[in-house]
Amino acid sequence: MSQTFTLDGKSIPFEDGQTIMQAATKAGVFIPHLCYHPEFKPHGSCKLCTVKANGRQTASCTMRAMAGMVVESETEEINAERRALTQMLFVEGNHFCPSCEKSGHCQLQATAYHLGMMSPHFDHFFPNRAVDASHPEVLLDFNRCILCSLCVRASRDVDGKNVFALSGRGIKTHLIVNAKSGKLSDTDFSLADKAAQVCPVGVILTKRKGFAVPIGERSYDKQPIGETVEGR
Amino acid sequence: MTDMHVEAVAGIVDRVVARYRRDPTCMVQILREVQEACDWIPPEAIDRMQVTLGVPRTKIEGVAGFYSFFYTQPRGKYRILFSDNITDRMQGNLALMERLCNNLWIEPGKVSEDGLVSVDKTSCTGMCDQGPAMLVNNRAVTRLTAARIDEIAELVRNKTSLAEWPADYFKVEDNIRKPDIMLSSQMQPGDALRAARERVPSDGLMSSNMRSWREGLPSGLGGPAAMLDEIKRANLRGRGGAGFTTGLKWEACRNAPLKAGHQRFVVCNADEGEPGTFKDRVLLTSYADLVFEGMTVAAYVIGARRGFLYLRGEYRHLLEPLNAVLERRRKENLLGPNIIGIPGGDFDIEIHLGAGAYICGEESALIESLEGKRGTPRNRPPFPVTNGYLDQPTIVNNVETFAAASLIALNGGEWYAAIGTKHSAGTKILSVSGDCERPGLYEYPFGVSIRQVLEDCGASDTQAVQVSGPSGFCVAPDEFDRTIGFEDIPTAGAFTIFNNTRDMFEVARNYVHFFQHESCGFCTPCRVGTSLLKNLMDKLHNGCGSPYDFAEIEKLNQLLQSMSHCGLGHTACNPVLDTIAKFRPAYEKHMVQQDFAPAFDLDRALAAARQMTGRDDAAAHIIKEEFGEDA
Ligand SMILES: Cc1cc2nc3c(=O)[nH]c(=O)nc-3n(C[C@H](O)[C@H](O)[C@H](O)COP(=O)(O)O)c2cc1C
Ligand code: SF4
Ligand code: SF4
Ligand code: FES
Repeated sequence: MSQTFTLDGKSIPFEDGQTIMQAATKAGVFIPHLCYHPEFKPHGSCKLCTVKANGRQTASCTMRAMAGMVVESETEEINAERRALTQMLFVEGNHFCPSCEKSGHCQLQATAYHLGMMSPHFDHFFPNRAVDASHPEVLLDFNRCILCSLCVRASRDVDGKNVFALSGRGIKTHLIVNAKSGKLSDTDFSLADKAAQVCPVGVILTKRKGFAVPIGERSYDKQPIGETVEGR
Repeated sequence: MTDMHVEAVAGIVDRVVARYRRDPTCMVQILREVQEACDWIPPEAIDRMQVTLGVPRTKIEGVAGFYSFFYTQPRGKYRILFSDNITDRMQGNLALMERLCNNLWIEPGKVSEDGLVSVDKTSCTGMCDQGPAMLVNNRAVTRLTAARIDEIAELVRNKTSLAEWPADYFKVEDNIRKPDIMLSSQMQPGDALRAARERVPSDGLMSSNMRSWREGLPSGLGGPAAMLDEIKRANLRGRGGAGFTTGLKWEACRNAPLKAGHQRFVVCNADEGEPGTFKDRVLLTSYADLVFEGMTVAAYVIGARRGFLYLRGEYRHLLEPLNAVLERRRKENLLGPNIIGIPGGDFDIEIHLGAGAYICGEESALIESLEGKRGTPRNRPPFPVTNGYLDQPTIVNNVETFAAASLIALNGGEWYAAIGTKHSAGTKILSVSGDCERPGLYEYPFGVSIRQVLEDCGASDTQAVQVSGPSGFCVAPDEFDRTIGFEDIPTAGAFTIFNNTRDMFEVARNYVHFFQHESCGFCTPCRVGTSLLKNLMDKLHNGCGSPYDFAEIEKLNQLLQSMSHCGLGHTACNPVLDTIAKFRPAYEKHMVQQDFAPAFDLDRALAAARQMTGRDDAAAHIIKEEFGEDA
């Protein structure tokens, strides 16, 4: 029999080295997350996955599970804070969902619905971010970037290309591409790259493929994000 | 030098890269030296680094973009940064900056049209006892006055090279006001090491194993374990803020298993970024042997062969003098191979400079920076003692902690433990600045009261003291009998004094701006939260504050405390909460509105239009009353 910890009172088995997130997912329990992706090394930056482990807040995607650990996740307190984080992400960028091709497939939008976010609450920052339409096949709309670094990790660790990276600091942190011109068309990026598939929001978009699936029939329209756990 | 030839830039890059053995972990040092030669980091330099270091452009630009002192756009031949700590503000830095800008015909933050000079602000440069201060091409200039500003404008206009500026500008005083065991130490280089070597294991406290300097040291040498016992006996706790027990940290590193090809490292944290702190500057100026010897004692204890001093970029002026001390110590056989004749006792120290990033004082961010990366705090566990520099066991300690280790090696743990209080052994150096007659360094045994310090430095009419900087505590007069120490008010050293004429709201607002500027941006709550907090404080400052905004601040605090990735986010709301609790009237003055009011102010938004049209008459202003709203 493997070791276990409890998550909201439920006993969750885990193997040595597994994080709380990995074990929970395996057991079919959903914990909100944005920068975590099962295929990549955890980053621990969005903090949506924060839980209380033995009374202390920690990111469940980076925290290793330990036998006997008591973890709380679905509490009103934690969900209220997660909701505030989604609000922060919304006001930090420019997210106009109705005109976004990713609407309905977007993890940020779906997570906000899941957490019952009714308004952005905070004042919008309205940052001025240019779109990069230089690449023949792919559009980069930085207005929606949540700095999760999934494209960075995918390009570096899977594609072996380092097309993307984060630069700047603090609120000026932003995504850059691997070209002196700063343009995607001057990199070796291709639509076949893993990095082209991982963006949880609507930054990295395939050109000339608009509204192939009508709104109302998109992934999270059919299945709310809370029900998308692979392990069930 | 903005129009340098491609070949010239490549030549500079090649020279620098070769000196750093083409080692990408030295990226921060390479970028610094390239900038020192080119005045900025031109794209051609990045082209060349990409080739010679064999790393992708994204990586180089990612690092260069993180640090405030690296410029990937031309910033002029003279890059002037005014220190913008609250003490600089109190000494009139903003007026001086305006004076310089007017004098040079430039706007703050912009480069002059001829590309000669830029003027901007930067976080506290650690010269609070002799401010207002600035950095010119990263060289500290202290004791600014209107007259000095006018002279500087003249020097810049005449393109006088920095080397020819009056030496007096760059003079940095120690201002030691009250020495105790550390600041009056007469230790001769090597004394502490020899004392450590002589130590024999005693009974009682016995370290958990007998691993010596290196795994390969002759057996029977009890010194390292015995020395560790002394550190434990001394009850030494870290001086960088968190107060972790030094003996335990060293022991954990000493006992951490080594993978093949791995080794242990000693890192001295001289990032000293907390606004109001400047004691590490003085220790490294006049007590460098005490610090380096402490690092060597630590290396002896844990079995390390390499050490780093991570020196904040603001202390660039200390680089050459410190390298000279290291060179002398090598000659004296106090660094290098077989130190003081101990076979296999090899240890050396390298200095890495930071480049304007407070977060690099956080130990795991510091290690990332040492590895040539963006200074982002790591996920922990694992901790540096097992997985530090290049994933190898590493201790990180503050400058003062290492200096104390030297004293303990020399005089023993019992001697040290007898000084101070039960839970806070030894002395603490306070960096005193703000409203007092004699700013500077004051060393006290732990347990000294705030009142005593105020008396000693000649402070009167004191309204508040910010202990340990913005991330510390704001202490009001009814608490002046409280004491410095881990039992009561722990501190990393800052002691900033505010008299009754100061607006404590503006103090808090300055600190909030600091945190917003220094957030590394890695995690959502701090990256966005510090900006939201800054906007709220600015809203209050602009007279649009209401009780609603107080509630928002409380909510943000809760969120930053529970969700942030590191200490910066955890403490970013401290200055606000403390001052709200203790200096409520200062806030009420700014809480003009009874009910919620938007931060947006139409009249203020029209300022740009007024500037462009050169109008400032009454008709160019929106008068709120006209709308029949708030009176
Ligand atoms: C945001 C932040 C900034 C820090 N800055 C410094 C610093 O400038 N100097 C320092 O010694 N410790 C700093 N620390 C604490 C270090 O992480 C670490 O605890 C310390 O260097 C350990 O040394 P000590 O045990 O000797 O105190 C900082 C911590 C945080 C969270
Ligand atoms: S582009 Fe998408 S995947 Fe890349 S960091 Fe931004 S949000 Fe994440
Ligand atoms: S709390 Fe702030 S400084 Fe620390 S990791 Fe998060 S963004 Fe960076
Ligand atoms: S999913 Fe864990 S921090 Fe982003």
